[in-house]
Amino acid sequence: MRYMLIHYIDEALLNAWEDGEVVSNPEDDREIEAWDEEMERRGILVGGGRLAVPRSTTTLRVRDGDVLITDGPFAETKEQIAGYCVLECADLDEAVDVASRHPTARFGTFELRPYTGVDQ
Amino acid sequence: MGLGTSAVRRRIAVAGDAGGADAADTTDTEAAVAEAFRQEWGRVLATLIGLTGDWDLAEECAQEAFVRAARTWPRDGVPRRPGAWLTTVARNRAIDRYRAASREAARLAVAAPLLPTGGDGGGFGGGFGGGDASGADFADDRLRLIFTCCHPALSMQARVALTLRTLAGLTTAEIARAFLTTEATMAKRLVRAKGKIRDARIPYRVPPPHLLPERTAGVLAVIYLLFNEGYAAGPGADLVRTGLCSEAIRLARALNGLMPGEPEILGLLALLCFQDARRDTRVDAAGELVRLEDQDRSRWDRQAIDEGTPALSEALRHGTPGPYRLQAAIAACHAFAADAADTDWVRIAKLYDLLLRITPSPIVALNRAVAVAMADGPGAGLALVAEITASGELADYYLLHATRADLLERLGRRAEAAESFRTALRLAEKSAADAERRFLARRLAETEGTAG
Repeated sequence: MRYMLIHYIDEALLNAWEDGEVVSNPEDDREIEAWDEEMERRGILVGGGRLAVPRSTTTLRVRDGDVLITDGPFAETKEQIAGYCVLECADLDEAVDVASRHPTARFGTFELRPYTGVDQ
Repeated sequence: MGLGTSAVRRRIAVAGDAGGADAADTTDTEAAVAEAFRQEWGRVLATLIGLTGDWDLAEECAQEAFVRAARTWPRDGVPRRPGAWLTTVARNRAIDRYRAASREAARLAVAAPLLPTGGDGGGFGGGFGGGDASGADFADDRLRLIFTCCHPALSMQARVALTLRTLAGLTTAEIARAFLTTEATMAKRLVRAKGKIRDARIPYRVPPPHLLPERTAGVLAVIYLLFNEGYAAGPGADLVRTGLCSEAIRLARALNGLMPGEPEILGLLALLCFQDARRDTRVDAAGELVRLEDQDRSRWDRQAIDEGTPALSEALRHGTPGPYRLQAAIAACHAFAADAADTDWVRIAKLYDLLLRITPSPIVALNRAVAVAMADGPGAGLALVAEITASGELADYYLLHATRADLLERLGRRAEAAESFRTALRLAEKSAADAERRFLARRLAETEGTAG
């Protein structure tokens, strides 16, 4: 069963990281690396990536044939998507267990969203 | 999507009437089918979900089994093991369905675990022809069903609705009435809940040991919510609503049977029994609220108290009491007091101390203040109420002001008491039941009457 693990983090914190006002905790970075390694080895982490700051987002829609482009993320919320992982897990309980051991869970919020139509 | 259970019940009744048996037998058989429905629905459905992994198919097949029972039991008699009979029939229906759809090899693979093995007694026909399905044994999958229905990835509303539908066998219409919403809304809620289980793949299982305490607490919370919903409806309310109390007790009993010796399950069962014993004495014939101290204790349900008592004593033998055991112990103090004056308020206050320590909440603090007022006098209680007021919590909660008013009145500070009763009454406009508002108005009038 495939899930997308979407990382939501306070936009202010993401900006502060980007601007060098805050540095990420090296302990967290090491933990994330270890998590990535373990989950890849177990065949659970099958994709993912870190995204640039939300303010680098371009929003786009086509209306009446016109391409409308605006600046900034679509949803104006405090917490923004910072990255994602694609997980292959037996069931939701396993996905929850795997996600709960990712350091970002301690300061951000995770959304676990099942894929549809790609069932093995 | 399949028959509603009410439809099954109707068909059960119709099939019963159409049978050749005389009136007495028909009634007996109908009663047997109804009893089997109450006792076995959850188990049959749980087993079918376990076998098929398909909640809708399982529900349809379980319903068909009960319809078949209504048709054949009047003719052939009630099988010796109705549950096994019903499960066999439902399973055979599922096999038929899969066979009908089995041109695709994939479907056959899914159906494989359903196919009878050599040691499976009567095989396909085992449950038919009025014989017993005594050779067929099925695991009791209700625990898997309970934990899946109460999975934390489902909304509380979804957990409650699913539990009532699948384990208690209530119809969608009944659940809608119990929760004061429309059948369409409730139907959508159930479809979405089942969709989430399927799409997010919520596992159909009893959680592993490291998750079990937390998940069990989640199940107990659902049962407790069901009970409180029925209890809050009050006597004289819609029977489906008040029936939630009995459903909750039945679920607690079933859970206790499936996980025997679990102290918090025993605690919850005891708590519900003690509370339920007082259910009908909370309101008088005119529909007016009757305070605990004024209730006719001879009308408390002894049978319910007698069920709660051994559950509580067993629960209290294990380690540090959890929240349900403590609340049950408090409820027991009332249940065992010969009259209001005989109540052991010192013990109740101590139990609230413990409860507040493990579940810190302003509501528990308020209840503790009431107990302390009874044990050590209204002044001591009022000091605790003042602490809660100072914290700013519960500022809009009418019972905080009603409690304060009551304590002030007992201290003879009637003008202040009247003021607090007025605040309570104003806040109760939005939140409280009619009977509670009338009660507060009466108390205000009494206080004003003696204030001048």
